[in-house]
Amino acid sequence: MYQTTYHRASSVDEAASLFGKSSEAKFLAGGQTLLPVMKQRLASPSDVIDLAKIKDMIGVEASGDTLTIKAATTHYDVATSDAAKKAIPALAYLASLIGDPAVRYRGTIGGSIANNDPAADYPAALLALDATVKTNKRSIAAGDFFKGLFTTALEDGEIITAVSFPVPAKAGYAKMRHPASRFALTAVFVAQTKSGEIRVAATGASQSGVMRVGAIEAALKANWSPSAIDSVNIPASGLLADIHGTADYRANLVKVMAQRAVAAAG
Amino acid sequence: MGVEGIGARVVRKEDKRFITGKGRYVDDIKLTGMTHAHFIRSPHAHAKVKKIDSSAALKMPGVVAVLTGQQLVDDKVGNLICGWAITSKDGSPMKMGAWPAMAPETVRFVGQAVAVVIADSKNLARDAAEAVVVDYEELPAVADMQSAIKAGAPQLHPEAPGNQVYDWVIGDDGAVSAAFSKAANVVKLDVTNNRLAPNAMEPRAAIADYDAAEEHFTLYTTSQNPHVARLVLSAFYNIAPEHKLRVIAPDVGGGFGSKIFIYPEEMVALWASKKVGRPVKWTGDRTEAFLTDAHGRDHVTHAEMAFDANNKIIGLKVKTYANFGAYMSLFSSSVPTYLYATLLSGQYNIPAIHAEVIGVYTNTTPVDAYRGAGRPEASYLIERLMETAARQLKVDPAALRRTNFITQFPHQTPVIMAYDTGDFNASLDAAMKAIDYAGFANRKAQAKSQGKLRGIGVSCYIEACGIAPSKAVGSLGAGVGLWESAEVRVNPVGTIEILTGSHSHGQGHETTFCQLVADRLGVPISQVSIVHGDTDKVQFGMGTYGSRSAAVGLTAILKAMEKMESKAKKIAAHALEASEADIVIENGEFKVTGTDKAIAFPMVALAAYTAHNLPDGMEPGLKESAFYDPTNFTFPAGTYICELEVDPGTGKTSFVNFVAADDFGRLINPMIVEGQVHGGLVQGIGQALLEHAIYDANGQPVTASFMDYAMPRADDVPSFNLSHTTTLCPGNPLGIKGCGEAGAIGASAAVINAITDAIGKNNLEMPATPDRVWRTINAA
Repeated sequence: MYQTTYHRASSVDEAASLFGKSSEAKFLAGGQTLLPVMKQRLASPSDVIDLAKIKDMIGVEASGDTLTIKAATTHYDVATSDAAKKAIPALAYLASLIGDPAVRYRGTIGGSIANNDPAADYPAALLALDATVKTNKRSIAAGDFFKGLFTTALEDGEIITAVSFPVPAKAGYAKMRHPASRFALTAVFVAQTKSGEIRVAATGASQSGVMRVGAIEAALKANWSPSAIDSVNIPASGLLADIHGTADYRANLVKVMAQRAVAAAG
Repeated sequence: MGVEGIGARVVRKEDKRFITGKGRYVDDIKLTGMTHAHFIRSPHAHAKVKKIDSSAALKMPGVVAVLTGQQLVDDKVGNLICGWAITSKDGSPMKMGAWPAMAPETVRFVGQAVAVVIADSKNLARDAAEAVVVDYEELPAVADMQSAIKAGAPQLHPEAPGNQVYDWVIGDDGAVSAAFSKAANVVKLDVTNNRLAPNAMEPRAAIADYDAAEEHFTLYTTSQNPHVARLVLSAFYNIAPEHKLRVIAPDVGGGFGSKIFIYPEEMVALWASKKVGRPVKWTGDRTEAFLTDAHGRDHVTHAEMAFDANNKIIGLKVKTYANFGAYMSLFSSSVPTYLYATLLSGQYNIPAIHAEVIGVYTNTTPVDAYRGAGRPEASYLIERLMETAARQLKVDPAALRRTNFITQFPHQTPVIMAYDTGDFNASLDAAMKAIDYAGFANRKAQAKSQGKLRGIGVSCYIEACGIAPSKAVGSLGAGVGLWESAEVRVNPVGTIEILTGSHSHGQGHETTFCQLVADRLGVPISQVSIVHGDTDKVQFGMGTYGSRSAAVGLTAILKAMEKMESKAKKIAAHALEASEADIVIENGEFKVTGTDKAIAFPMVALAAYTAHNLPDGMEPGLKESAFYDPTNFTFPAGTYICELEVDPGTGKTSFVNFVAADDFGRLINPMIVEGQVHGGLVQGIGQALLEHAIYDANGQPVTASFMDYAMPRADDVPSFNLSHTTTLCPGNPLGIKGCGEAGAIGASAAVINAITDAIGKNNLEMPATPDRVWRTINAA
């Protein structure tokens, strides 16, 4: 690791102010991506501004038809949150599948979506549940937030403060774990909103990052059941391929995981 | 056996310090004035090193030196050696290219060191390393064996035309041809044994400390065999004569073979310490471990097995290509030859066997012994062949094995090994009973009704351990003898120190070796300590690998104990005014048999050291040593049966049950044996399902971190159902066979046999990733 200056911010405003004073600052949340990259000397921020101890950024709250997860809440806290398990059990389940226990105790929802790894779990939930990303400047719909591999709508210095999820009528998540990294080799989140909209998002599959799967949404709109997906054709073109999964295999997983997510959603 | 004697489940003495973080590993050691080394490694799989410009680095803060491969040459430091000479079928010696500790001219794998920065701290060394400019001229590289042996392939070493190290044969070609000509059935199989990265928990590390006044080196290193390290560093590398080199291997966090070998880093640390006049420390990181720790396995094999009309095996022929990587590591040459082909008879009576092994250079990390070393490759091949044969001949796989089991011992195989004892039916019976083999068909049908493909796979392994009779291995080309030494030091108050040439890096010797002493003398193990891993304390030893520490190392301790006890009995008899022949040792006392006359062991020890009243002519003191050279290998064997389900939608495998019935001879500590079996099984399952060290066509490693290389985790493996059947090894007085490698040797075939049974297709390579299984299920 190169020399860097560590700051522990006590408020969002302080964090934003510290960022503005530095030439090449990075925000640190759970550190599950940034710290390994720094240790490998692939990133050399002049300043690291820690958001993980800002009290206003930690917690899970359900209110009416909305579940709000503050940005520095760890995966472990979401997975074990009574509010999350009651409002959107599929979301708490998703959090319980992220990485391994060490990752879940450190990693945060804000860090995960800001990084937007193409195989991360949370982006699929945000997209399928039509969540809203709250920052210190504005609100961004999930559909507008994810912009491709490791890219988001966040502006330089903008801080995610929370994610709010409309409570769906039904939702389910199914994940094929990457055997080494425990990211999603491919995972699918399905949701039926209270207004009847069907939204399906896949992560770990596309070369462009998290994606809606229109063909499966259409099939489920006609018939909300796993078997409705049998006849859907998912093309392998544009899908990721690596030593753990060919593009054909991932295309199959998009269907199979969607079917299992629907079965789990009930 | 007593509560702490042989056969007792004694809790490990060493775990208090390991579990509480008080272990003392090489990286924990800090010496006054110590500098830190950071190696500059090639990013190319094959390149000329045209120029190394360290001028900017030398001006950076805290930099002590930047040393290069050319300086090693200038100082006449020797190249790395391979210690087992193999002769090709045409009578020529194996063809080895030179392996300098840092490359002066040509790099041949990604990660090979070309220079080292020595600085006041690790971070300063790393900073400066970024300022060293190495000018490479890239050369065409070749990473896979099939490409490397083709005409026109990039050539690694001028000494080895066609990238061929050797073309070695064993067995009787004519007898095999005759057998095949009269065969009723022939079964053919192509298998790949996937390359593995060993991944000990503790990365390799070294600290070298040169004392200019004494012209003496001390090397702290992560070694499984510090005495062999000293021997090789002295005899071949021109570092220092043995009496001027002390090698200490303190607590070592796992080895699995990868810490047997001499590596460039400890050689460079020693040389650099003398050059800079300060201690030099190097601690590898995980990336360096992936790039430079010797890998394991990596065979491509075609085999054919001939059966008569009664399903008896009458012949076996095998042709194997073995990937050695870019250089021949210390014992690499022996692994696919004498540690592999000599086990090709498996548990079966095979009258004729012929094997040909072609060793190949590629632009990849060197390959050497890794847990099992050759024997997993042999066992996997034979057990895949047996399963394939059962399917082709339409007989039950267990029954086919039973038809061909060796049942008379000793049994001379056609490939050198003479099995001393065993009961292969007993372990097969035990495993079949434990898994309810008879009820499998019902369970398979039930699983099918739930949309799951269930399979069962048998693996009957045998291995040669207790390595090894020195004369025998010498005749086969080994550069060393493989005996072990021990010394028993009884202190004046009766506490005991056992000095052993075996090295413990996770095996629990500090407990099991004490149990032998407790068993013989009836003293608590708290009165006994084990001293190992330091060439200044232990006179010599061959170290720990090949499941040899109990069979060979503990037998050496037994021999030394017997000498010590013999002298102690004389002292006791003299003190008790009895005949030596009437003295028996019970519960820590020397007693005159049939009487109540006794003297406690500490009093015998004290008498030996006060020397006030010893038998006439007896030397004072109570200390004895022994060298023990085994008369044969030992032959642990057993049956593993795996039952699993495959999810046809994803190709994912889930274990239902895994049973292991092992025959290890006598067990010293069954709890530690079970731990060894668990670890071995996980490594075998890891090879079958998860692990694969992969290079792209240009020799770039694809799996150089845990994000890509899938190490098995606790939730990847089942709870194991272990049992033991016992035939005592006749080759050593304790009847021990060894247990360290069995799991890794036998498990992978059981898993692949079960998956291929589940999916109804026989061709499936390791690792059987969900993608690969799914594609196999759906292949036309």
